[in-house]
Amino acid sequence: MTIADDLRSAAASRILIKDGPYGTAIHGLGLEEADYLGGLELNRDQKGNNDILNITRPEAIRGVAQSYVDAGADILATNTFNANRISQADYGAEHMVREINLAAAAIIRDVVDRASAVDGRQRFVAGSLGPTNKTLSLSPKVEDPGFREVDFDGVKRVYREQIDALLEGGVDFILIETVFDTLNAKAAAFAAAEAGDARGAEVPVMLSMTLTDLSGRNLSGQTVEAFWHSIRHVKPVAVGLNCSFGATELRPHVVALAGAADTLIQVYPNAGLPNDLGEYDELPETTAKLIDGWAQEGLINIVGGCCGTTPAHIAAMARAVAGRPPRDVPGKGAMLRLSGLEAASFAA
Amino acid sequence: MTEVMVRRFINIGERTNVTGSAKFKKLILNGDFGAAIEVAREQVENGAQILDVNMDEGLLDSEAAMVTFLKLIAAEPDIARIPVMVDSSKWSIIEAGLKCLAGKGIVNSISMKEGEEIFLHQARTIMRYGAAAVVMAFDEEGQADTAARKISICERAYKLLTGIGFPPEDIIFDPNVFAVATGIEEHDNYGVDFIEATREIVKRCPHAHISGGVSNLSFSFRGNEPVRRAMHSVFLYHAIQAGMDMGIVNAGQLDVYENIDSELREACEDVVMNRVPANSNLSPTERLLEIADRFKGGEAAVKVAAEWRGWPVQKRLEHALVMGLDADVVSDTEEARHLFARPIEVIEGPLMAGMNVVGDLFGAGKMFLPQVVKSARVMKKAVAHLLPYIEAEKSAGSSSKGKIIMATVKGDVHDIGKNIVGVVLQCHNFEVVDLGVMVPFQTILQAANDHGADMIGLSGLITPSLDEMVTVAKEMQRAGMTMPLLIGGATTSRVHTALRIAPAYAGPVVHVLDASRAVGVAGTLVSDTLRDDFVAQTAVDYELARARHGRGQSKLASLEAVRANAFHPDFEAHPPVQPAWTGVRTIDDVSVADLVPYIDWTPFFRAWELAGQYPALLDDEVVGAQCRELFADAQEMLAKIVDEKWLTPRGVLAIWPARREGDDVVLFGDEARGEALARLPFLRQQVAKREGRPNSCLADFVHPEADWLGGFAVCCGEGIEPRLAQFKAEHDDYQDILLKALADRLAEAFAEYLHARLRREFWGYGADENLSNEDLIKERYSGIRPAPGYPACPEHSLKSVLFELMDVEKRAAITLTDSFAMWPTAAVSGFYFAHPQSHYFGVARVGPDQLAEYATRRGVSLEQAETWLRPNLD
Repeated sequence: MTIADDLRSAAASRILIKDGPYGTAIHGLGLEEADYLGGLELNRDQKGNNDILNITRPEAIRGVAQSYVDAGADILATNTFNANRISQADYGAEHMVREINLAAAAIIRDVVDRASAVDGRQRFVAGSLGPTNKTLSLSPKVEDPGFREVDFDGVKRVYREQIDALLEGGVDFILIETVFDTLNAKAAAFAAAEAGDARGAEVPVMLSMTLTDLSGRNLSGQTVEAFWHSIRHVKPVAVGLNCSFGATELRPHVVALAGAADTLIQVYPNAGLPNDLGEYDELPETTAKLIDGWAQEGLINIVGGCCGTTPAHIAAMARAVAGRPPRDVPGKGAMLRLSGLEAASFAA
Repeated sequence: MTEVMVRRFINIGERTNVTGSAKFKKLILNGDFGAAIEVAREQVENGAQILDVNMDEGLLDSEAAMVTFLKLIAAEPDIARIPVMVDSSKWSIIEAGLKCLAGKGIVNSISMKEGEEIFLHQARTIMRYGAAAVVMAFDEEGQADTAARKISICERAYKLLTGIGFPPEDIIFDPNVFAVATGIEEHDNYGVDFIEATREIVKRCPHAHISGGVSNLSFSFRGNEPVRRAMHSVFLYHAIQAGMDMGIVNAGQLDVYENIDSELREACEDVVMNRVPANSNLSPTERLLEIADRFKGGEAAVKVAAEWRGWPVQKRLEHALVMGLDADVVSDTEEARHLFARPIEVIEGPLMAGMNVVGDLFGAGKMFLPQVVKSARVMKKAVAHLLPYIEAEKSAGSSSKGKIIMATVKGDVHDIGKNIVGVVLQCHNFEVVDLGVMVPFQTILQAANDHGADMIGLSGLITPSLDEMVTVAKEMQRAGMTMPLLIGGATTSRVHTALRIAPAYAGPVVHVLDASRAVGVAGTLVSDTLRDDFVAQTAVDYELARARHGRGQSKLASLEAVRANAFHPDFEAHPPVQPAWTGVRTIDDVSVADLVPYIDWTPFFRAWELAGQYPALLDDEVVGAQCRELFADAQEMLAKIVDEKWLTPRGVLAIWPARREGDDVVLFGDEARGEALARLPFLRQQVAKREGRPNSCLADFVHPEADWLGGFAVCCGEGIEPRLAQFKAEHDDYQDILLKALADRLAEAFAEYLHARLRREFWGYGADENLSNEDLIKERYSGIRPAPGYPACPEHSLKSVLFELMDVEKRAAITLTDSFAMWPTAAVSGFYFAHPQSHYFGVARVGPDQLAEYATRRGVSLEQAETWLRPNLD
């Protein structure tokens, strides 16, 4: 059995729980520049560089992960959303990428393995890949729509570096999350496949799209179904949606994806919409109730939390969906499934 | 084509192919990508379901042309909507193209021409990029011509591909369409070979598709389009029946099979199917040649301009902006220029009106970012055209309206919104100094000084950026700056700006809702005549926002201390008024028509993100036209709601004998005030106040011995569901939102109406008041009607007490959700306080001492109280 089979088999009997965000938890720690920088010699301010904390404040990251384990999470992501050369360049820390990812993977691997040694329950580590802050499909220059700041091979290389370090650090899956530009995600998945070639074993991948408007499109303009068609070739262990909005606003798009995708559905919404002060104030019980609604509709296999959710939210979700049957992964017949910004299917 | 053909056949647009279109080739060779994109758009408008892009031309850097074109169409949402077919005979071009496709497209093509190894390598690579593939019937021996070879090559390729896991449904065979009727006898059967091979391949290769370049077929009739069209249609008719389900055909240039002249059609049938013509001793080719000239040049190729080109110029400009069409924008702008006295009026008139439509559509989720970016481009083009005229008009000197420093603050890397604002401002002749992302305050202040900026614009998307903006404001204050500070970005808000940023900086601070408002704000701030009023008005608005929100930065005082500083109404001058009646009653004698005069329209427009005061909004320079349109639609629907009785207002009203006990108001069933019906715990403002300012609590407004308290719950949502369901079924979001917004307003109007009746009739303490609707909205009456969940009474759970006391569920059919939200949503509930000195205030932050005491008074656990009061806790 591969680790992907383990996950599918665990997901066959119950709805699995993914963790919540690092950003919100770290924000709550009130760390200062000195905490971020630690003993590192870097030329730029590090405050806000949450990924560097894997090196400079590993116990803080461990604490966050442990709180999610305690809340009942089965799948723990690494704190590596921005641990890629493009994003780290903003902090002058691009040379630290490998070290950050190795450290991050090791922390979560250890937290997870210790917890599983105690209760015998299998847990999974997902190496998080964020979208970077550059986009392959959009021009940052309005007057020059053909311009791109990055190219496919460059982005692929950036992801490959991160993926190699995460795998070496012991993650089970590569989680390509918060996909606002599907082409960036395709480059990441391509890199994962090549990393698999180099290691002689397939690297299982999860993908999670993020929507930028209520009509259900990501930043590069794709609909949820078009996104699925675009990345189905990756044969992801799980596909889903994260961030974007709260569970209320996300629901129609979860329905669309759950209907289209012949793999596990993983969704981790925000704690509602931010209030006027940019804070999330949806209560754990409220989020959990919405998630339980999804569970009762048979829409989900894996749930967790994104911006604004806390271990209390994760625990409330875990309680709410305990005993609910997971979504049946539908079989899908042969169709020529293509996509531009919208999905196009043709009988085969 | 017939219905059957349309249904089964996938149209591939072929005009964006330099090998198939002389026009497109010329455009690409001249580097006119703008016009080349219009060719693609035309293809999609003509019904192409897949767009074939081919740049194979010896005089071109084909790889660069492919990449450039694909990147450009990625920015055209109505083109990028459909999948792309990357078409080249060179693998390197194909791979370069695949690196530009966010979607799942098709590769055209691969084959076994150079052997199995290369073929499979290419197939594996295609799988990694996530694309389908056209596989040519081509092997090491060459291109397959006969049916037998076509079949055997395709079957071999199918086995190889499925053997490496290539999905069979992603295989599209092209069994080669060759020219017929060339005069060479060996070519006569090519049509039949294709059709017969198709029939067999479909059987042997389950799920695979069959495609072909149909125009090859009629190659020998170049210059005779009517005959070529007829040949294509006839060929497709038969090939599709055999199993062909995709084709590279010019979607706009096919005839309807049944409509082809019968003589021509029969001649084409003979050629395609290689049949001996009836009643003629000519060969099929000779027969078609004989009649072909008669059909030549029948129709003039007059391309009818799309309908919108006939609209008035203002409408055309709006359309071009919304659709992002820049082909005619310069000539339309020029036309518009002659309609106005000054060129700038074209910008401020039709162009900004169009951009506002774009902004509102974007805000409503009906346009998405790439489209907006495209609209900005059209705008820029139009403005560029007008600029020389504007310049010429100017006396001298000041070429720029003003200089603005823009930056995404430190810690944040999101800049798309900022870039759009920058472009729009530049369009409006502002000089924009864009400092980029992750900009520390030092750089921002320095740049502002170095450039002699007129204002600074900050942007940010993530929550921590809000704090960083406060830092920038503080530093600007410290540096003694006075220039305006503009705040924008997804997580920013007017409230946050008012509460956190404005107090940190003495200069003008303005929250800018979106790009389309940026120009108005920036323009006002550099205007000698408008600036001072605007700054003063904004300061007042923010002061009000702060007051309403009530959440200051100041310290909390102890509960004991703030109780000692309670508000003391003058009960001697204004003793409690004995109501005419006490008890609970259902209010079901009200019609929507009664409520209409009580509607407060300002929040209605706010619901549509049209900020401003009604009725001034209707004459607003920027949004006025839209507000008027919306208002007219609202009036029309309101008339229907009244006439057709769409909604049934229903409510409950109660007046109870009451008295204050500490911060609680205790309610009784009768005037003896013996056994309590219920106890309503209220919260007290706990922020330390300046000398002479009380720490208010709603209970303060109730007399400690004998007084009365009212309660109400009203709803205008009854009857709304079937209407909403109908709108939903008709996919009419606009009417759906309109009705919901109106129902909300009507519920508020009901509360206002009932409050007026309470004062005049049920309680009677204001029997002689005579107030206009404006007075009502400005709350120029005595008494207040605070609602649980609102600032004076922030704890929602009191609604459940209120509902139980008044039996609201039964009497007014309003229910409460677990989180105390009312359903239907067009409902309002609250308390009536009658004392003339009672007033609205915000409880704001609550300390741990009051929290603990509140839990006891409310009879719930500390955890429960904490959950309910979380937004008010530090």
